[in-house]
Amino acid sequence: MTATTLVVDQSLKSGRRKGVGPTVFAVALWACLAIICAFLFFVLAVIIQKGLARFDLNLVTEHPSRLRPDTSGVKSALFGTIWIMVLTALIALPLGIAAAVYLEEYADNTRWWNRLIELNIQNLAAVPSVIYGILTLGFVVRGPLSIGAVLLAGAISLALLILPVVIITCREALRAVPSEIRSGSLALGATQWQTTWRQVLPSAVPGIATGSILALSRAIGEAAPLLLVGATTFLTFNPDGVFSRYTVLPTQIFSLVPLDRVEFRDLAYSTILLLIIVLLVMNALAIWLRNRYQRRW
Amino acid sequence: MTIRQVKRAHVLSVVAVAALTLSACGGQNNGSGSESGGEQLSGPVVIDGSSTVEPLSIAAAELFMEKNSGVQVSVSASGTGGGFKKFCVGETDISGASRPIKAEEGKVCTEKGVNYTELQVANDALTVVVHKENTWAECLTVAQLKKIWEPDSKVANWKEVDPSFPDQKLDLYGAGADSGTFDYFTGAINGKEGASRKDYNPTENDNITVQGVSGSKGGLGYFGFSYFEENADKLKAVKIDGGKGKGCVEPSVKAAQDGSYSPLARPLFIYPSDAGLKKVQVEKFVEFYLTNNDDIVKAARFVPLTEDQKKKAKDELAALQAKAAGK
Repeated sequence: MTATTLVVDQSLKSGRRKGVGPTVFAVALWACLAIICAFLFFVLAVIIQKGLARFDLNLVTEHPSRLRPDTSGVKSALFGTIWIMVLTALIALPLGIAAAVYLEEYADNTRWWNRLIELNIQNLAAVPSVIYGILTLGFVVRGPLSIGAVLLAGAISLALLILPVVIITCREALRAVPSEIRSGSLALGATQWQTTWRQVLPSAVPGIATGSILALSRAIGEAAPLLLVGATTFLTFNPDGVFSRYTVLPTQIFSLVPLDRVEFRDLAYSTILLLIIVLLVMNALAIWLRNRYQRRW
Repeated sequence: MTIRQVKRAHVLSVVAVAALTLSACGGQNNGSGSESGGEQLSGPVVIDGSSTVEPLSIAAAELFMEKNSGVQVSVSASGTGGGFKKFCVGETDISGASRPIKAEEGKVCTEKGVNYTELQVANDALTVVVHKENTWAECLTVAQLKKIWEPDSKVANWKEVDPSFPDQKLDLYGAGADSGTFDYFTGAINGKEGASRKDYNPTENDNITVQGVSGSKGGLGYFGFSYFEENADKLKAVKIDGGKGKGCVEPSVKAAQDGSYSPLARPLFIYPSDAGLKKVQVEKFVEFYLTNNDDIVKAARFVPLTEDQKKKAKDELAALQAKAAGK
């Protein structure tokens, strides 16, 4: 690694003269990329190979069952995941976007408290997810709110988890809006509120949407905080409200893997495949949103 | 002050509680109208506790919900101790346990006003298996098993287990560290749950143990007794000397039921709370758990209760129901 850096430095100093340096460096970069891709494709290949065995309609039309290993599915977990994603988005996105707008458009960066808030948000983004689970367990499931181990509690824990990421990505998106747009709007007599609401926010939508979906994609794979706040390992009904008990795909995988029947192991792989497909669909949506809105702007 | 506190604590769950009360009342009304099975039960039954009892409760839940589709039974496995922590603050209706509740756990429950009843629902037994042609290991003592399985064990040959055994390489198969079987075996043999040597073939799939041990003359493995029964033609079960003067005991349904197959047999319990039993769907579920016990135990592959154990559990439940009706 050091050798490569040195070679690159020399080639930079020697100006246009072409040496082996750039080639070596490029090859090293390609090697890094290849290693990462190899891991990714290996994991995907294993999951697809093992997951296809049980990847049929039963997976999404049948509830979990330990008595019917051949035909059991993960319907209740899929619905639980969808419910919890929608709820998480409803809680985290308005809060996160509002916080980002304040920090980016209104807050005075020379004030110490604003800098303190900024620093804390960045730190919070690095807090392990299980901590948010414990926090929710202490304050929402039990303690002051005491709503019990229900869907809403799970959504709150995931919303807390992704809130820092949503704020940070939304701020990036707002910052990317050229200041000429703000100046132009203000110069035409619009108030700061009108400028933010009618000019800045619409311009930042692609970035905000992409960031939000990627943050939600992180939440969808979380099992640790949800295990603390009540995602059950066995449940055979779809949630019927925010105070319903629930299970999600990651906890189903978690509970299926140690079972002693091969059918359940296959089902676990199929569930992983299903989770990856849901993730890919969300990421594809993020890319599509970004591209579509970018063209218009 | 108190009223305000109570209000604040429950303000968000008012809707849920109201719905629950309504549905519980509905169930009772219908129940008195037509006893013969037309009643529509509904509402949640929340179960947590031992991961060993979990498959049993899941089997009970599935069979129960086949007949009572309106009831929402959810089962989690936080472990026996973790389950009691939730149970004693009133978060669950029923807690599964692979050992009786400890005095200090019971104290916490009582302090929080959670009263409970212990009901035995099955027996659990592990079987140590060897190759069919293994003629030497008829009976192993717990001390010998510990010598083989303790965390820093270097035993690699049957000769090292006992000098009278032949010079045969030891080939070990056991449960993976995620399973309740592993916790139980290590606890009973090595004295501490989770303490085990690491250089064996771990698997969560008992089939692999069957294949491995039946294919290796020096093989040794362990899994649930009911699984051994299904594969009794391929393997040989080792008698266990628990070291309590009972000598070598062969694993059998009877030995597991009467406790003589010690320490690799134990009773399994559920603990319904009094508050839980007041909900008609929980009461019916517990009743179902006991009256259909044989089917449930068979589906989850445990050792059934004896007639005496069944009667005792049913009597306890009947006494509870009578007490509840008397109020």
